[in-house]
Parts: sequence; C-alpha cells; structure tokens
Amino acid sequence: MLEALRKISDVVWELPVTHKAGMRVPARIYGTEKLLQEMDEAVFDQISNVATLPGLVKHAICMPDGHFGYGFPIGGVAAMDTEEGVISPGGIGFDINCGMRLLTTNLTAGEVEPYLKSLVDLLFGRVPAGVGSRGSLSLSRTEFRRVLEEGAHWCIENELGRPEDLARTEEHGRIAGADPSLVSEKAIDRGIHQVGTLGSGNHYLEIQAARPADVYDPELARAFGITLPNQVVIMFHCGSRGFGYQVASDYLKVFLKVMEASYGIKILDRELASAPFRSPEGQDYFAAMKCAMNMSFANRQVILHRIREVFADVLGRSAEDLEMHMVYDVAHNTAKLERHLVDGTPRELLVHRKGATRAFGPGAEDLPAAYRETGQPVIIGGSMETGSYLLAGVSSGDQAFFSTAHGSGRTMSRTKARRTWRGRELWREMEERGIYVRTASWAGLAEEAGAAYKDIDEVVEATEMAGISKRVVRFTPLGNIKG
Amino acid sequence: MPYEFLEDVATADIAFEAWGSDLEEAFSAASEATLNVMVEEPGAVRPLETREIHLEAEAVDVLLLDLLQELVYYKDAEQLMLRVDDLEVTGGPPFRLDALARGEHLDPERHRPRVDVKAVTLHRFRVEKTDRGWRASVILDI
Repeated sequence: MLEALRKISDVVWELPVTHKAGMRVPARIYGTEKLLQEMDEAVFDQISNVATLPGLVKHAICMPDGHFGYGFPIGGVAAMDTEEGVISPGGIGFDINCGMRLLTTNLTAGEVEPYLKSLVDLLFGRVPAGVGSRGSLSLSRTEFRRVLEEGAHWCIENELGRPEDLARTEEHGRIAGADPSLVSEKAIDRGIHQVGTLGSGNHYLEIQAARPADVYDPELARAFGITLPNQVVIMFHCGSRGFGYQVASDYLKVFLKVMEASYGIKILDRELASAPFRSPEGQDYFAAMKCAMNMSFANRQVILHRIREVFADVLGRSAEDLEMHMVYDVAHNTAKLERHLVDGTPRELLVHRKGATRAFGPGAEDLPAAYRETGQPVIIGGSMETGSYLLAGVSSGDQAFFSTAHGSGRTMSRTKARRTWRGRELWREMEERGIYVRTASWAGLAEEAGAAYKDIDEVVEATEMAGISKRVVRFTPLGNIKG
Repeated sequence: MPYEFLEDVATADIAFEAWGSDLEEAFSAASEATLNVMVEEPGAVRPLETREIHLEAEAVDVLLLDLLQELVYYKDAEQLMLRVDDLEVTGGPPFRLDALARGEHLDPERHRPRVDVKAVTLHRFRVEKTDRGWRASVILDI
C-alpha cells in the first residue's frame, strides 16, 4: 500500500484522487513510515472510501493512531460543507462522544503509594465497570431526558460536581440543540441505568504520575496544573454507553433506507451510510446524536464526582484540600459545527472526528479563558501498561481542522490477544512493575495488553512533527480500573 | 454450537462465523457466539427468564442483525444474558422471525463477564447459503 502514497513530509502522506474511482478529494494520512507500515490495509481502503462522500472540504484525514473502524477508520477526520455535505454515523462511531477526562491532585506518587490499593479498590466499587454495568443513580425517564438536554449541567444542579468543571469541558458540558424526542425508547432503556459507569473494552480509569523527566514543556504543564515532581493525576476514558450505541444503530438503519432511494448517495461500504446534513433525516440524527453527547458529558461528570469522593474518603481530606481540579474533558467521537478558515475564508463546517481529538490552537474563541493563550489541552490515552499524554493544540493544527490523535490504536485483534496472554499472569506482571489493576474481566484484561497497541510515544511524536499538537507531559500508570 | 471467532479480521473488535444446516440453526449459533463474547461461560446461563422476540425484515441478513441487536439491548436494558431457542424464520420477503430467548441476569461469578458489546456492525456482515446449509459472518463493535 505504501507505494500508492505520495509523501508530503516525513509524517504526512497522501492518496491522490486517482487512487480510487469516486474519490472527490485526496486522503491524507498522518504518521511516521513505521506507523504507516503497522496500519492495517483497511485504514487506506476506508479513508479513501471517506474521500468519496459528498461535500468534503480539502482532504479526508486519518490520524497516526489510525486503525480499522466501521465506515471511517478510527482516527478519521472529515470536514463537510454544511450545504453540500453529508452527516454519517460511521464518521462519529457507535460510542458517541467517547472521550477523556483528566484531573489533578496536589499529591505526589510517594504520598499516594501507601493508599494506592485502597484507592483502586474503592474506585472499582464506586465506578461500575464491565458488561452491562449499572450506575448508582436512579433516574425517572423524565429526569433522564433532562440529562440528554442538559448534559453535565444537570450534574452540577444535582450536586455532582462544581461549576468550574463545566468551563473545562468541551462545549461546557452541554451541546445545544439536543432533542430527546428524536431518540428511541430502546435507547433510553439501554442508557437510563448507565450514568456514572465506565463500560468495558478499552475504557478505563487510571491513577497516574507525572515523572519530572516526562515533562516536555514545563510552562504549558504549569498552565495545565502539573506543577509538582511526580504529581498524581487521574485520567479516564468512556462514552455514552448503551444509549449512544443504540442512537447510532437506529440512525444507521434510517440512513440506509433513504440514502440512495431519496438522495442518490452511492457509498462503497454500508457502514458509510449518510444523509445530506440539511435533510430531515440528517438533522434528526444530528439532534439525537447531541443527546448522546450530553449523556456522555454527564456520565464523565458523575464519574469525576465519584473519584473526588473516593480520594476524600481514603485520604481523609476533602477534594478541595486535595486540589482535585479538572484539567479538561475532550470528546473524540463527534460531529460538530465549527468555523474554520478555508483558503483564507471563514466557513462553517461540520467536522466529523472519529477517534480523533479536537485540538484548538492558542486564541480559539471556544476555549475557556485559562487556556486561551496556551491552546487546548488534549488528553491522549495509551494502553494500560505503557503510559498516556497531555498535549496542547497548536496554531499550525489548521491543516487538519485542529484535530489530532486520540490514543495509541490497536495492532493486534482481541481474539489473538486473548490467545497470546493470560489475564491473571498479566495482572501479576503488572503488579511487579508497580501497576495495581482491578478488572471486571480477566479475559478483557488480556485483550488490553500493552503489546496489542501501537507505540504511544511514536504516535504523539508524529503529531508534534506534523504540527497538529505538541507534547506537554507524559504520565506513567500507577493504578488502573479496567472494565 | 457451531461458531468460530476469527483472529485477524477486526483489530479492535470481535469477528465470528456461525453456521447451521438451516437458517434457524445458523441464527441460534450466531446468538450463542454473541453471548460468548459477553461472557466466558455461556453454558452456565440458566433459563430462568423468557423474552419473546418477534421481528420482520425485507432480507434475512437484516433479520439476523435485528436479532443480535435484541440480545445486546437486553444486556444493557435488563442485564439479561439470553440464549435463543425455539427460533422460526418464515415467509419472505418480508421475512418473519419468532423466537423465545431464555436466560438470567448476569452473575459475574458463574458467567465470567468478558467484554461489553456496543453494537452489531454491517461490516462484512453476511448471511449466505452454502452447500451444507447457512453461514453468517458477523463483526461486533466492542
């Protein structure tokens, strides 16, 4: 496949429109040559399929952590003209508004060490994880619909967080235009018990430390709240749970029915089912998808609140005293209306990001005052064994509609990983290396082994070389809760 | 139950093939494979609760998609792990599926949970007639 690619730079590669019949724009893939060699063939096939969709602006883009997805590859970014373009559930993912949240403490790894097992054990109890897990909130259907409209604001009203948390959440924790009348009762059945739950697969909650040698940009690190040597932070990864999956599945079926029959859109893969953004079906999905975005902001807000409770309980100090501040909450499975400069002209675009993180540079109006000068904090989850990153958005990110990577990306299938590692052995090995894990599933743990993923260091380095984000701090795992 | 998980198809997710001498057997096998993605011990699921499933679709593959999505739905909505039996596919098109799904609430000790299934995807999704019956190819999003 690599021979079909045109080299734009050491970390940017292009499939020209002549690569496949029907491509309307070139496809650009970010990554070092090594990362591209490790990508499955499906990435190149899928990103060139994306390039056939109507209304795409400039390029179809794939991030350096790209891997096989449905319709779009994971790591796919597509900015659509709002009049000519389409909206596609396959460009957002089944787990709508899957994302990352990071919060700081004023504790060091040494101070946390004696409490680590107690913290992880209690977090494992208070943040339900695993197959079909249910949260502790008991909501009526009416109240759940309010969550869908209000997102994290509903949590703050119900004393599940602080007002300051909202300013540090993408979209301030509530995206406008969510319409609960456009989601199915089935979606509500699936999600109503799941607010405050982690889920499973690659979703996790981790206690991490910022080693002094791993602070790449001390000034930005300070601005983001990383000020102490070996400072302890908490990072977690989850989304809209069964609710979002059902919304995506429901609308995929709607789009398959109308796409060709009503709108004459021909696609190369059923998972690329789309409808014109301005069509009734497109607008309905957009408003339903926003309900899942809000459900996910609320889900992460409740989990954040539980983390503060657990730290306060275990350490016998209040969360305020422990300075447990949110750094940021980023979404990496969304489609949002944003203003971008295209050839010098500001245009409103519908930007699909699937397994890609928004990474606004310094000066972006949508950023809270605290980050207006620094650029947006970007939270990148690595595998549970290797480490994770805090990055910052940069001005040159405009080349990719201010988007960057979201994680490390798998290189080995779950079925193969299960045959390669045993969950209990892996657990013991990790404990010997100082990482204490609680898991809802031994098999699930084996499937998430670090070696089943790409090298996270190489992924973030590629984003920095390409000028789409820059490294601020690398975090080392201490304790992990795995769904 | 005749099904097999595939190693190198979906990197982040789980792919399987299920087969049977007729459509009903192939659908039951695909249901059992889906249950086996969620729990490691599908055989330990006791038939304590019953849910009736009635579906209609223009094509048999859509019928299987809808059936597997029902199982994923009950996992989240009621924490039910279900095995499908008494399955009947009639007519066509539209095809009709009537089935009884029996099972119980998830018991982590006995069922040993594995991973949460988010959705049944359409990627390489196929239900096809073979020399020896029917075969279904499915990828579940994890």
